[in-house]
Amino acid sequence: MTSLSFPNLLEPRSPMRFVPLAILVAVLATLPFVLPNVWYFDVAIRIAANITVVIALNLLIGHCGQISLGHAGFFGLGAYGSAILTSLYAWPPMLALAATAIVVGLLAWLVAVAILRLQGHYLAMATLGLGIIVSIVLTNESAFTGGPDGMSVPDFAVFGLRIAGEKAWYWVFAGLVVAAVVFATNIVESPAGRALRALHGSEIAARVVGIDTASFKTRVFALSAVVAAVMGSLSAHYMGFITPGVAGFSKSVELVTMVVVGGLASVWGSVFGAALLTLLPDVLAHLEGWETLAFGMILVATMIFLPRGIVPSLVAFFTKKEG
Amino acid sequence: MLVVENLTKTFGGVTAVSDVSFTVEKGTTHAVIGPNGAGKTTLFNLITGVYTPTLGSIRLEGVEIGGIAPEKLARRGVSRTFQNLQVSMNLSALENVMTGAHLELNSSLVAAMVRWPGIAAKDRALRARAAELLDFVGCGRYAGADARSMPYGALKRLEIARALAADPKILFLDEPAAGLNHTETHEIEGLIAELGRRGITVVLVEHDMKLVMSVSTRIVVLDYGKKLAEGTPEEIRTNRDVIAAYLGAETEGA
Repeated sequence: MTSLSFPNLLEPRSPMRFVPLAILVAVLATLPFVLPNVWYFDVAIRIAANITVVIALNLLIGHCGQISLGHAGFFGLGAYGSAILTSLYAWPPMLALAATAIVVGLLAWLVAVAILRLQGHYLAMATLGLGIIVSIVLTNESAFTGGPDGMSVPDFAVFGLRIAGEKAWYWVFAGLVVAAVVFATNIVESPAGRALRALHGSEIAARVVGIDTASFKTRVFALSAVVAAVMGSLSAHYMGFITPGVAGFSKSVELVTMVVVGGLASVWGSVFGAALLTLLPDVLAHLEGWETLAFGMILVATMIFLPRGIVPSLVAFFTKKEG
Repeated sequence: MLVVENLTKTFGGVTAVSDVSFTVEKGTTHAVIGPNGAGKTTLFNLITGVYTPTLGSIRLEGVEIGGIAPEKLARRGVSRTFQNLQVSMNLSALENVMTGAHLELNSSLVAAMVRWPGIAAKDRALRARAAELLDFVGCGRYAGADARSMPYGALKRLEIARALAADPKILFLDEPAAGLNHTETHEIEGLIAELGRRGITVVLVEHDMKLVMSVSTRIVVLDYGKKLAEGTPEEIRTNRDVIAAYLGAETEGA
């Protein structure tokens, strides 16, 4: 029986953990001064939006072990909720965003109560169905949504301050990425985060120690849906024009792929996964016709050589930790 | 402390537990034994809320707890370990133990998001206590290890440490020595005896008779879902019905 001699262990929040966050803030703060034109700003904004959604989705998939193939649906509901309320009913954008987020949160909550009883493939199928329903509604309710042709979205303004143009929006999305990283890290390091991982590891053991697993899954599902909805709202205002494609099934699959490639249950994995998979199609675009093949090969190679996802696999490699 | 009366559980046409009654006094160690398939684990699952009783009552300190979900029973001081390991392999040993004290902590997601004051300090205190508990069950050297890198025997003890972290009124151990070698079984025996000395009420299911006989205050014997006998280890050791159930009945002229 060894005695207790793990001072570093008793203090898990080492100062080192601020280093990656500082690097992220530094990179985000420097980018606007090195990006040559607005096209790059647009890429950066798309990456930031995806990172934020993926971080929240990873709490659900990586931590709770619940798969959702319908998160683009929540993103789409956010986008169209804001678009319809601001353009058709002239609501202030901030109010439209908040109202949409609340409604999506409630919807996700109700859906979660019903479908989180399902496990594994069944849960994936149910969320897939949900996403497809949203997509069909957005395509067919053309009186509100403009149908497959899409609809335009007014500029975003809050307290009379108007946000327009890539450079202004960049700061909004960059700020949200930092907030998402900080909030998610806080959750992961808290007793609640531990409870989430515990229920993923063994649901019955978690319940026996008093973890209300159904409640946790429902809350995280709703939380991740709200984050997707808010990012949908903001993206709609940023893009100025949206089509039902934002809520499409392929977008949901993309989000899950970002979670898995980056690394399950890894906040920084979400950052890298989302960044890589958003960038790749643009980077590979000049391959003219071969980009899909290259994209697929890169994904396959990642999963073969970094099976636990980019960040967890690399961390394990460099710390030579068992596992 | 714990009063089980006329407890019955049927699965379709199969009666796994039939009309079982017994009482566990505070601070004692109670063993439930019986041949394979006698209904021991079903009995445990009934008392710890995993299954809902078909008939009968389970009262803890006078309050009916039959059919209450495990996560709610935890609030009433019921804790347990599992026959087939239920350890969260994606957590470290220490974190697994810390989950045991889940109910003491603020587990609000929103509070966690903004680092609500007090959460981190309480968690640090718990970390120290969890390390002590790991030490107590003899897993001190695994404090920094990932659960998935630990050997089977250590994981069995880890489950006990996690259950103790909840500071339970009554602790159920489902085959704590299953799959352990002789030395490990002996160590677990010492650990359970220590729990008894500390005044923790323990109910255990176990096949290892030497362990059961040495740590138990009272023993309940199940056979085909029914209570066959109950008594002190001495009484059980010499009970004809029990011997018959384990070794086969002596038939006429045998």
